[in-house]
Amino acid sequence: MENEIQVPINSDQDIVTARQKGRLLAAELGFSSGDATLIATAISELARNIVTYAKSGRITLTVINGSARQGVQVVAQDQGPGIGDIQQALRDGFSTSGSLGLGLPGVMRIVDEFEIVSEKDRGTTVKAQKWKR
Amino acid sequence: MEVPILKQGDFLIATIQAALTDADLLHLRTALLQQVVRRRSRGVIVDVTSLDVMDSFASRTLREIAQMIHLRGAEMVIVGIQPEVAFAMVQLGLKLEHVATALDLEEGLAHLKQKSESTL
Repeated sequence: MENEIQVPINSDQDIVTARQKGRLLAAELGFSSGDATLIATAISELARNIVTYAKSGRITLTVINGSARQGVQVVAQDQGPGIGDIQQALRDGFSTSGSLGLGLPGVMRIVDEFEIVSEKDRGTTVKAQKWKR
Repeated sequence: MEVPILKQGDFLIATIQAALTDADLLHLRTALLQQVVRRRSRGVIVDVTSLDVMDSFASRTLREIAQMIHLRGAEMVIVGIQPEVAFAMVQLGLKLEHVATALDLEEGLAHLKQKSESTL
């Protein structure tokens, strides 16, 4: 099993590739089918944000090891316009393009750790972790 | 990959595959609407049995398709949402409000038949 998988995100086809690789990795780690679906869905949302707002970027999937358990880390990185008001973007129902809506708050809800760093005109990095139960 | 659309009597059946891109979904929207008009269909079934991820874009686009078809006087039913997908949708807060759903193709067809008979 690879410990790090990088998926360049430039088109809607790459969104599918990223979520399929995420599901495969989660399955290999022994995640339940339900949790693997959550991870795949989170990756789909994060990858779509890249395509919609930044045009290109990348998703990095990493196996993380805790004291007694393993998990998956998803990092979505772009050099796009950045998010003006992160607090607002994390609120349910907010969208600037009219397309996102529940994207980020939804992802935040279904993962165990969530971190977002965004700088105007420099890009956005979202880090999400989910541990195996 | 384009979504195949089959005609069965007064109804159309679109079967979605797992690797569904945003472009495929938008293409499905156009193709379904065109066929509903051309064939004067009374109902549409979208079978998502093979779909393993329903994210915000997919659920919003399916909701839009259902509304457009409804405005044409036809009815759309989504069938075969997998248990894991249903679980993830609820966790994410994704909704398919005002869209009929059924367990599988058979029940979806039964639902459409009942609907079209009651409006005759």
